[in-house]
Amino acid sequence: MAEVRAEMVANVWKVVAAEGDHVDDGDTLVILESMKMEIPVLAEGAGVVTTMHVAEGDVVQEGDLIATIG
Amino acid sequence: MLDSVLVANRGEIARRVVRTARRMGIRAVAVYSDADADLPYVREADEAMHIGPAQPARSYLDAAALIAAARTTGASAVHPGYGFLAENAGFARQVAAAGLTWVGPDPDAIERMGDKIQARNLMERAGVPVSPGTREPVTDVATAVAEAERIGYPVMVKAAAGGGGIGMGAAADEAGLRAAFETARSRAERFFGSPQILLERFVEQARHVEVQILGLADGRVLALGERDCSVQRRHQKVAEETPSPGVSAGLRERMLAAAVRAGEAVGYRGAGTVECLADAGAGSFVFLEMNTRLQVEHPVTELVTGIDLVEQQFLIAAGEPPSFDPAAVSAVGHALELRIYAEDPVRFLPGPGTITEWSEPAGAGVRVDAGYQAGNTVTPFYDPLLAKLCVHGADRRQALDRARDAVAAFRIAGPKTNLLFHADLLASPEFVSGVYDTSLVSKLRPG
Repeated sequence: MAEVRAEMVANVWKVVAAEGDHVDDGDTLVILESMKMEIPVLAEGAGVVTTMHVAEGDVVQEGDLIATIG
Repeated sequence: MLDSVLVANRGEIARRVVRTARRMGIRAVAVYSDADADLPYVREADEAMHIGPAQPARSYLDAAALIAAARTTGASAVHPGYGFLAENAGFARQVAAAGLTWVGPDPDAIERMGDKIQARNLMERAGVPVSPGTREPVTDVATAVAEAERIGYPVMVKAAAGGGGIGMGAAADEAGLRAAFETARSRAERFFGSPQILLERFVEQARHVEVQILGLADGRVLALGERDCSVQRRHQKVAEETPSPGVSAGLRERMLAAAVRAGEAVGYRGAGTVECLADAGAGSFVFLEMNTRLQVEHPVTELVTGIDLVEQQFLIAAGEPPSFDPAAVSAVGHALELRIYAEDPVRFLPGPGTITEWSEPAGAGVRVDAGYQAGNTVTPFYDPLLAKLCVHGADRRQALDRARDAVAAFRIAGPKTNLLFHADLLASPEFVSGVYDTSLVSKLRPG
């Protein structure tokens, strides 16, 4: 199980991957927006998205869980 | 004279406009979102009104809420600052229709310059040099490919209604163009509400040099010198200086004359900026765009000319002559502005957070235009500008020395900041030599 966490305070602009999706290393999971910049959050290994912890419009804090990949 | 003004903005620029308004005896009204209630500009205004939640669309971009706030507080004018609604002709018209004075250019001038394709065509007719580019909006990738072939690679792809470097991308070949076109189109729709795209020849190794203009109430257009804004990351400015170390006296004279023609071509009133790309070696330049508002980096012009540009904006909006003699404008010494952003100093990624320590430098020639103080929280909702550290010196060498001392003395803890980047910039032989172009930051931060 790999946990993907937010690197900074941001708004969740787009959720790209859905629960159950297979993702490869480098695939975009969600796109955050902070200070007028879009920041893609990428998978750091292959696997299946078991839980997507955020929805579009959420505000995440640094260290918050974004997705779990199994 | 105006008796009161609502400042339809936030952070450092709201604070800066409030300062001049109050000095002139104009009652200053601030507006704030949920995120900004504790910021200094709210406290320093004569009056402040809450206008909505943190999301810009529901506060600083909400024209109806802003005009209602002006009504409620009895403000008789609106100063838009920069960004948000500053270059929105529709908002300027709504302000006027509500019986308020718009502290900015005529909405028609905003509109004609806001469409970058129209603006290019207009400038070309006015005798201002433009680079080869598209004269009509490009809306599909096949047309983009054909136009790029005609213009010649490399090309720059931009949103026709855009600004702030958002969605802009350079392409060296057709594959790069296809990618840049898709990016630009999606960003253009998202940020500017129009998918129209402009292509122009990308000038490599250029300096980004802009001219401050001021259209007076009597119709005259003045050029108040240039600013070099070549230190950029992601096509956004990080540091600016005046005079430009890469512009000869002859090139300066031609650029200032062209900027005056640009302003005259649209009957410009108030403060505006004509942005150009200059090839210092060839002594040539092309028009990029005109910003129909106060520019972020306006303080460097103020430091060398001694002219308060916000004061002139208020005077012009009131139909009065400027506070200085237009025939006797001179620039003294050298000024730099360093933008202190809430971002890491290596990858330039956003780093908002709560400010636990904030200590500004002071001393001869140092001016800090800050939006925050200790205890404030920098939120992800707005741009990352924390403060503008500006320095003035008798010459460039003294200005650089003062800037180094000021950067070392500026203490900010909590959010990430790019202060270390500025220390590296001021230590880099290329920047110190003055011989640099828009590729400087990518050389200082390769990869």
